Amino acid sequence: MGSRASTLLREEEIEEIKKETGFSHSQITRLYSRFTSLDKGENGTLSREDFQRIPELAINPLGDRIINAFFPEGEDQVNFRGFMRTLAHFRPIEDNEKNKNPTASEPLNSRSNKLLFAFRLYDLDRDDKISRDELLQVLRMMVGVNISDEQLGSIADRTIQEADTNGDSCISFQEFIKASLVEKLCETCF
Amino acid sequence: MPSRTGAGSGRSLPEFGLLLLVIFVLLEGSLLPLGAASSTSKSCEEAKQGHTEVHNFTKKAFPVLGVDYGHIKNPFEISLWVLLACLMKLGFHLIPRLSSIVPESCLLIVVGLLVGGLIKLAREEVPPVLDSKFFFLYLLPPIILDAGYFLPIRPFMENLGTILMFAVIGTLWNAFFIGGLLYGICQISNSDLTAIGILPCLLFGSIISAVDPVAVLAVFEEIHINELLHILVFGESLLNDAVTVVLYHLFEEFSVDGSVTVLDGILGVISFLVVALGGVLFGAMYGFLAALTSRFTSHTRVIEPLFAFLYSYMAYLSAEVFHLSGIMALIACGAVMRPYIEANISHKSHTTIKYFLKMLSSVSETLIFIFLGVATVDGRHSWNWIFVTMSVVLCLVARVIGVVGLTFIINKFRIVKLTTKDQFIIAYGGLRGAIAFSLGFLLKEDHFHMRDMFLTAIITVIFFTVFVQGMTIKPLVELLAVKKKQEAKRSINEEIHTQFLDHLLTGIEDICGHYGHHHWKDKLNRFNKKYVKKFLIVSERSKEPQLIAFYHKMEMKQAIQLVESGGGSKLPSAVPSTVSMQNIQPKNPPATTKPAERVLPQLSKGREEEIRKILRSNLQRTRQRLHSYNRHTLVADPYEDGFSDLILKKQRMMIKEMTNYLTVPAAAPDSPTMVRARLASDPQSYNMKPVSGGVPTIQVDLASPQSPDSVRLLDELGEADGKEQEKDQGLTMKLPGGSSRPNKPGETENTREQQKLTRCLSDPGPTAELKELLCVVGEV
Repeated sequence: MGSRASTLLREEEIEEIKKETGFSHSQITRLYSRFTSLDKGENGTLSREDFQRIPELAINPLGDRIINAFFPEGEDQVNFRGFMRTLAHFRPIEDNEKNKNPTASEPLNSRSNKLLFAFRLYDLDRDDKISRDELLQVLRMMVGVNISDEQLGSIADRTIQEADTNGDSCISFQEFIKASLVEKLCETCF
Repeated sequence: MPSRTGAGSGRSLPEFGLLLLVIFVLLEGSLLPLGAASSTSKSCEEAKQGHTEVHNFTKKAFPVLGVDYGHIKNPFEISLWVLLACLMKLGFHLIPRLSSIVPESCLLIVVGLLVGGLIKLAREEVPPVLDSKFFFLYLLPPIILDAGYFLPIRPFMENLGTILMFAVIGTLWNAFFIGGLLYGICQISNSDLTAIGILPCLLFGSIISAVDPVAVLAVFEEIHINELLHILVFGESLLNDAVTVVLYHLFEEFSVDGSVTVLDGILGVISFLVVALGGVLFGAMYGFLAALTSRFTSHTRVIEPLFAFLYSYMAYLSAEVFHLSGIMALIACGAVMRPYIEANISHKSHTTIKYFLKMLSSVSETLIFIFLGVATVDGRHSWNWIFVTMSVVLCLVARVIGVVGLTFIINKFRIVKLTTKDQFIIAYGGLRGAIAFSLGFLLKEDHFHMRDMFLTAIITVIFFTVFVQGMTIKPLVELLAVKKKQEAKRSINEEIHTQFLDHLLTGIEDICGHYGHHHWKDKLNRFNKKYVKKFLIVSERSKEPQLIAFYHKMEMKQAIQLVESGGGSKLPSAVPSTVSMQNIQPKNPPATTKPAERVLPQLSKGREEEIRKILRSNLQRTRQRLHSYNRHTLVADPYEDGFSDLILKKQRMMIKEMTNYLTVPAAAPDSPTMVRARLASDPQSYNMKPVSGGVPTIQVDLASPQSPDSVRLLDELGEADGKEQEKDQGLTMKLPGGSSRPNKPGETENTREQQKLTRCLSDPGPTAELKELLCVVGEV
């Protein structure tokens, strides 16, 4: 890969990414090599097809949505910066960070940002509410094709019923956090 | 109990009678509120009989009544002990305040002490009740199986690394620290302790270092700490068995020889791996066999639970044959077979397994603690201040240092770190128990002349941990405000989002190219779904996704709850079935306007299943009092296994053939089942009220006086609107005059105009199909 020296990551870039996302030096370099191995077109950006080439992602029920989460609104290519920015959501929260910079904007992997990321995976149309249809779509993806629409519908109804506190038969972000105990789950997984 | 043969001869009878009296008095003493006076008189009688028999010998008359104790001695003694244990358990809960201050295990040990003391006072030999063989073969397996079967797999697997660290490295550290330091102290002290070599000390260390699952279970059960801590301490107590087994055998072997070489050390490590993995392998093998067997049991539901128990016990015994870790085999067997067995067996068998396991383990635990008390009184003790106190102190110190040190290392790898409070609870929760005692008991006297001292020290440590630590852990938990167990039941939201997050994190891991935790878990799940489930689970159920299975379980639970709570007036608005049933409702408006013709609307199979389940759970209550004389089959439950389909189809056809104005005399249409059901249940209380989704359409209208017995079933379809009438009356029969009698579901249609329909439940939703089914059901 010697001929690609020009596309190798420069130190300043690493520093910037480090500041923005909080990843360590070694993590960034490792993820960069992963990025380049995925980038078959060798143009420094990833397209949707590049992601879809990952075999395990193809069988993941949420594969498409996860891929979409990497691409900002309306764009088809994501560069390394954007790649890292999305991945930064999944970095575990470290206690010693909390006191470092109270005036800086909230770090990407703060709890609420993580929850917002998860929420956005449900809420495709970005109206800050998970409607019954959106929930149905996610359920359908996770459950497979053998289950009838009606059954799925009743599960969706029940889910919304459990979570919905203000009666608009949609799940808002606040309700989402409370009902699914996502907060607690996020703590252990993210 | 007398150890003499007592084969019914006249000599020992009076003394025996006296002993019986003592035992019965003891029972009576603890049973005073329950009034066990009758048993005392019985024993007096027996003693008298004995006396008369003695007198009769001289006359050589035909013995009308004889006493032959030796014949039934063993079962009798065993039953008496078990009975004592259960009565004690009962007794404690009658004294409310006591059971909240003192954990049950302490009370049981005290009872054991008392009983042992009493027996000793009666100058009888205390039988070696805590015989190690008896303990390991019969008392321990039920408890471990119960723990393994109900082990919460997800938290266990998530924390497996931590648990293994504590179990393996923690126990090793404990053993060597305690053993080594004790040896040092023994050498320093100028008494006869110097004779104890390093290896016996290490052996003692290895025996005393293992955290005991029985004690931990007994104490932690009552303090309800959060799941993480519970699974950490409990998991550790289960998994350290492998370490204990290896260390024990290692040191025991070499104590005889007197030296250990490096080669032995390496062999020991290999042996540990073999013991641990071998145990798990055996368990998994038997678990798969059990799951496979359960696939074919659909025709012999009665013996289903037995398979679960037998295979697990065999796993334990097989592992013990090869000196592998029997405990790990049991855990592995229970954990592996559970998901498949639960998918295959009937609901009743599942309940049976659950309650039988709980019952056995509860009795075992009680017996263990009582025997511990008895054995304390009985054992030959050799008290040595230095040794005993130092062992107690060293145990505590070793545990604390071990936990703190390990947590420091572990926290570097954990996402959710263990706080100081957590560490304290983990350290404090390291209780020792009967396993340590039994292992000590197993030591051969001729090899270890200090066996008595060891036993005394072990018992002291056990008493200390169980009493002091056991009693104070609850107030400490409160004091430190440790997070308690969340009582909330798992909601469907949680289930969905857990799965969602799993998929999400797996995906992210795949993108990063990082083969982490989620990646392997996902691979295992996929393999499970594709191959294993198809092989081990009855065909139709293997394809059900976990989410759907979970949802069905929830629905069922809610339906049952509704039934139990009387379910009368209003359906709580959270019942989802009504929501979705209202979705179906719009499909069937024509049905309500055609009284003359029953149109059976199409129900999706899933909906039908759910309705059937709800009805089944309701109807099971009335079946409870049916007699089950036949040992080979249970009363055929018509709602299981497709039998229901046949019945329903048959009934539907019969109804379709009926025409209007059919009146049937009351007695005739009742099928035997119905008769039984009616007879079994109190006619007054027999109301179909508890049906959750269904509306009992059965309003019986007594016709004119010419046919006072005729009964007509009114069809709810005749009602034009969904108005509720006579809400909570269940099924009532209405004479034209207005009096009512308990229902007798007949089977007719009546199309008179002013039919008033009785509804049990106020919701207008439930559709025609349900009513249909209900009528039909009434027939069965």
